[in-house]
Amino acid sequence: MNTATLKSSATKSNNLLKPTNLMLAGLVVVLIAPMVAPTYTVTLLNYIGLYALVVLGLVLLTGVGGMTSFGQAAFVGLGAYSTAYLTTTQQLPEWLAFTAGSPWAGLAMGLLLTAAVALFLGAVTLKLSGHYLPLGTIAWGISLYYLFGTMSSMGGHTGVSGLPSLSIFGIELDKGEKIYYLIWAVLAVAILITRNLLNSREGRAIRALKGGQLMAESMGVNTFRSKMVIFLISAIFAAISGWLYAHTQRFVNPTPFGLHMGIDYLFMALIGGVGSVWGALLGAGVLTMLKQWLQDLLPMILGSDGQYETIVFGLLIVVMMQRWPGGLMGLLAKLVPAKYRDHSDLTLNDDAAELPRRELPKAGDLVLEACDVTRKFGGLVANNQMNLQLHAGEILALIGPNGAGKSTMFNQLSSVDTPTEGEVKFMGQSLKGKSSREVAQMGMSRTFQHVKLLPTMTVLENVALGAHMRGSKGVVPAALHLEREEEQRLLKEAKHQLERVGLGDFLYEEAGSLALGQQRILEIARALCADPCVLLLDEPAAGLRFKEKKALADLLTKLRGEGMAILLVEHDMDFVMGLVDRIVVMEFGTKIAEGLPEEIQTNPAVLEAYLGGAE
Amino acid sequence: MNFQIALILGQDGITNGAIYALLALSILLVFTVTRILLIPLGEFVTFGALTMAAIQMGKAPALEWLLLALTLIDCGMDLYQYRHKLDGRKFQTIGLKLGYVIAMIALIQTLPLAELPMVFQALLTLALMVPLGPLMYRLFFQPLADAPALVLLIVSIAVHVAMVGVGLLLFGPEGARTEPFTDTVFRVGPMMLKSQTLWVIMVSVILIVTLFLLFERTLYGKALRATAVNRTGARLLGISPVFAGKATFALAAFIGTLSGILIAPITTLYFDSGFIISLKGFVGAIIGGLISYPLAAVGAVAVGLIEAFSMFWASTYKEIIVFTLIIPFLIWRSMTSHHVEDDE
Repeated sequence: MNTATLKSSATKSNNLLKPTNLMLAGLVVVLIAPMVAPTYTVTLLNYIGLYALVVLGLVLLTGVGGMTSFGQAAFVGLGAYSTAYLTTTQQLPEWLAFTAGSPWAGLAMGLLLTAAVALFLGAVTLKLSGHYLPLGTIAWGISLYYLFGTMSSMGGHTGVSGLPSLSIFGIELDKGEKIYYLIWAVLAVAILITRNLLNSREGRAIRALKGGQLMAESMGVNTFRSKMVIFLISAIFAAISGWLYAHTQRFVNPTPFGLHMGIDYLFMALIGGVGSVWGALLGAGVLTMLKQWLQDLLPMILGSDGQYETIVFGLLIVVMMQRWPGGLMGLLAKLVPAKYRDHSDLTLNDDAAELPRRELPKAGDLVLEACDVTRKFGGLVANNQMNLQLHAGEILALIGPNGAGKSTMFNQLSSVDTPTEGEVKFMGQSLKGKSSREVAQMGMSRTFQHVKLLPTMTVLENVALGAHMRGSKGVVPAALHLEREEEQRLLKEAKHQLERVGLGDFLYEEAGSLALGQQRILEIARALCADPCVLLLDEPAAGLRFKEKKALADLLTKLRGEGMAILLVEHDMDFVMGLVDRIVVMEFGTKIAEGLPEEIQTNPAVLEAYLGGAE
Repeated sequence: MNFQIALILGQDGITNGAIYALLALSILLVFTVTRILLIPLGEFVTFGALTMAAIQMGKAPALEWLLLALTLIDCGMDLYQYRHKLDGRKFQTIGLKLGYVIAMIALIQTLPLAELPMVFQALLTLALMVPLGPLMYRLFFQPLADAPALVLLIVSIAVHVAMVGVGLLLFGPEGARTEPFTDTVFRVGPMMLKSQTLWVIMVSVILIVTLFLLFERTLYGKALRATAVNRTGARLLGISPVFAGKATFALAAFIGTLSGILIAPITTLYFDSGFIISLKGFVGAIIGGLISYPLAAVGAVAVGLIEAFSMFWASTYKEIIVFTLIIPFLIWRSMTSHHVEDDE
């Protein structure tokens, strides 16, 4: 096939395979299925829907947030057992009597318990490195499983039977074909709110968790809170699935809530693909069908009964992780060419109101000051008694040979690191004990020496992350998309800053596809989006071409004119000398010179540091 | 509870605790060198115990076929990987591997397994089991050496799940218990000491001391420690990460199998018992913060003791008590940790 026909066929299939069309088709299939399919298939579809709801939470947690949990089955169990207890027990304790054994009270209780457990587990594991959450959830999953098995009021290992069926608007959902609609409606709502959430200010913060936490904190994102949010959401999805399961089966026992099921949920997410909400549905479907099929097939081949499908699943996951970490959905997504991918959620409205601006300090005011800053790493003194001042409306360059301690100094100034002695003052306040997030909120914004952006997110969204602190709408409005007005304002600001730095043509490109120099410029736009009064730039000109450097210099000059205080660490002397107001030169952790560019160029100590002494 | 019962429980607790300590140490070792949380460690324990049991019953353990299959795949992958630069040495290595497996199979098929002295039975079990460690690393983890820690954890769980299925296939659903090493019972004052208990404690202590010497005193041990501290740095100094991975997995397989052989006379083990056992090692490792060896060992012994005593007071809640043990440590760690870090 030549390229022309390839293109035209792709366009044609694209029209047909438009996400909205696909979704409509899917909806029709889902609506009709229980009318035409045999009961057995409907039961299977019910299970797939219930599983997909749990797996959706894992997609959010694992695929988006880069964390994982093996305890989702236990949350399902909590949801199921809560309602089983409330709706079947003969003697409700007095304080629960008002619930009258209603399944809705069971749902409420399940959600409350789940939220409490998730908050506790999250509080003790999410601040630690990535391994503690999965290990903690394994322990939680096992403990709850044994607890269900030992509680005689819950029927021990035999379980509880005789749960009532649900009824909505007077319709009794007592058959698989009826509750089917409830299960799939809940799933559809869950998918919708997950997608909404991810396409929002809160969602960008969540998407930064995987590989961008340091950067996100510098943009004012509370990463611990974001982690907690998705862990909580995933637990709540699981609990709702458990509640539905209990009233579908009308019987609960501990078996489906054990750790092995927790592992199965994770496998579903991985096989479907954790990168997309649709992966949840695909994974739950594929794994459920595959399990049915293997459970019939393998005992015949191997000649004895047993759960041999675990061998296949285990190996399948290993191969997937080695070859296709994006799962089935990742494979399918590759079939859609990048330029046809949908950006409908990122429409920009130029009429949106401007975001309020911070009041900048008056030109010449002292904004950032290092007082006798010393930083020691063991015996190495990286910064020794460093002093420097930065004023509003000034560009200050920090230069020095490699290993002079510039980056360490930069980290002290931006509160990523804490000085051993001395202190940094920003707007008159000491930064001692302040996190980089708090410093960002005070009006300091920065770029990174090694570019830190989210390569698979669009340029526009990467930059909008910088404006995180300037929005205030939380998770619930985001999930319901009630924050569209604020979102438009944030995106408009991001677009404005991108146009300002000259990246206006790349709004919808993936940030990772930009050249390195452009990525550095993107970081500047992101920093500007935070509406800072101090801008710290770590080697902004590295990797830029001549014209780009000139454009950057023009931009920085303009920002200076507006009253911004700018500090840059830079190696490119041509760039520095023509642009900055003052220069501080470091060598071996100490300041060896400070002054106007012309003075520095002729300063003997500086010449010796750079060119070597006359020996 | 009287003193007598406390002594018996304490003895049980320390015996199990010693095993958990061994497992916790190998978990830490594997984790620090390769970033892998070795969940399938428990399967080395059960496979070891069940293989030993099969040998004592005079049955050829089906494990030989697993070893053969994995070795064949491994050799196939070697041939494919080096297809453009095959030389005599590569063939020699492949020949050695295959020769070893064939020799093992021949031994198992010809020796009068049940009549062998117990030491040889144990050695035979180890000889069958230990190569599974490096094979596991080669086939499942080596292609992912640079993957994020989360992916390694997932693969580790997947390998565990697959191995439990394989265990059922190889050993069947019946549990097994082996002969104690010796039958003697010692009386020390009011205490009855079973000799198997002494064996377990003695072997564990010897092994821990040997490990310590290995890591402090030998070049290979230092190389592994270097890899644990800084992988890139170690690679630059000529320490192969592949070697480090295979070596630690071999060590983990050795410790796991030995633990299985040690406890098989005390507890009945089933094909799926390994998970819970290794998780208790993990509880010890978490108490050690996934870093400190001595803390992990102490934590693991504590797990054993608490388990034994909770068996007496609240036997149905035994597992719950053991696994909620990690909570105070998690709380303490989260309170003392502040920094935000990017996962690799």
